[in-house]
Amino acid sequence: MSPITRGFRGRRPDVDPARIPPGQYMTRDFPVLSAGPTPRVDTATWQFSIDGNIAGHPVTWTWDELLALPQETFTVDIHCVTKWSKLDTTWTGVSVDTLLAGIDTRSQWVTIWCDGGYTTNLPLADLTGGKAWVVHRYDDAPLEPAHGGPARLLVPHLYFWKSAKWVRGLTFTPSEEPGFWEDAGYHRRGDPWREQRYWSD
Amino acid sequence: MARAAVLERLIPPRVSIVWHEATVTEVVVESRRARTIVFAIPDWPGHRAGQHLDVRLTAEDGYTAERSYSLSSAPEDGVVAVTVDEIEDGEVSPYLVEEVRAGDVLEVRGPIGGHFTWSVDEGGPLVLVAGGSGIVPIMAMLRHRARRGSTADVRLLRSVRDPDVALWSAELAALTPAEGLQVRTTWTRRAPDGWDGPTGRITEPMLADLGPAPDAAPRAFVCGPTPFVEHVADLLIDLGHDPARIHTERFGGA
Repeated sequence: MSPITRGFRGRRPDVDPARIPPGQYMTRDFPVLSAGPTPRVDTATWQFSIDGNIAGHPVTWTWDELLALPQETFTVDIHCVTKWSKLDTTWTGVSVDTLLAGIDTRSQWVTIWCDGGYTTNLPLADLTGGKAWVVHRYDDAPLEPAHGGPARLLVPHLYFWKSAKWVRGLTFTPSEEPGFWEDAGYHRRGDPWREQRYWSD
Repeated sequence: MARAAVLERLIPPRVSIVWHEATVTEVVVESRRARTIVFAIPDWPGHRAGQHLDVRLTAEDGYTAERSYSLSSAPEDGVVAVTVDEIEDGEVSPYLVEEVRAGDVLEVRGPIGGHFTWSVDEGGPLVLVAGGSGIVPIMAMLRHRARRGSTADVRLLRSVRDPDVALWSAELAALTPAEGLQVRTTWTRRAPDGWDGPTGRITEPMLADLGPAPDAAPRAFVCGPTPFVEHVADLLIDLGHDPARIHTERFGGA
């Protein structure tokens, strides 16, 4: 139990507290967090690839091919390790299950890589079963570059740094290979409901 | 070549980030709406310039609120200080700016963050660009540079709305002239009386004039509100700076 802070009353959120993970607060803004500049991405030459420890050749999609895949529109809550949560965000994109449908691998680890050099990693189990998407529309408009446009990964059940902006591909790795923030002291998995913020949490 | 352009990685020591009970030793009025809160934290593991910490406040009924704030103290200062800019209609910053006083005990954890950091051991040149209270982590870098007697080539351009909200104008003036350090200001709404320097938002010529040239391969640290950081980072790339050497820290929505 934390000690009482003299004179602090706080302002309770006017939403169901069961939707706000511990240590988070609700925002109506859409904050932008990135370690570097917003990359300049041209969808005319954009490709999305799945490679690494898979049977056969890497699989790639062009922008038009991605848009031709079955699309899903869904509404989820998102939670950033920097403490904000945003409820009822609506996205459109392709389920990672769809992208992985023809992929043969025994690897259980995936590194997600992006324009701008950012990487993050996940166990395969966190990407499959309707839990992750490559999204390109937010609130029924093309995803803005500052928020990861033209396309970002969306893994809403984990802290938002796993929802890599400007995503360009998935690489299957034989073992866990920590990505950018995982290497910089953040938690390996990042479950907001267990408050897995930093590596020692 | 997206995969080759791997961002520089600065890996901090893998120390546990635990909650500390931090005693407020001093509250310093920095501007009309900003305060520096100085903590004594017995077991603080030390920090790098540019890192931040988390503050947790607890109400009588157990309700808690947590936020992150950039450290403004240099690693060499022997104290841990954050500088908080009051956000209108905020939940935590108004408490920290208006209510906290010496003797209070708050819970903090840190230091946190390994990317927007600089040590004199890494040398220069550096381009620092601050919008508003984005100066806070950059001030920790300048103080660190001064405490260590570094002569690394460091150029700061800060963009400030008006003199009422400017942070550390006197200290920045006192830091210069110093070998290798340049500090410049542009005022976006109202300049001080008698000002004959730059005004208005940051432009490409302002950044070109600030230098150093991209050929010198400076690292850039840009901190401020999201639209400010987007604008400045775009200008730096247009000038020819390597995107992989531009570090950004943003606040607010977009």
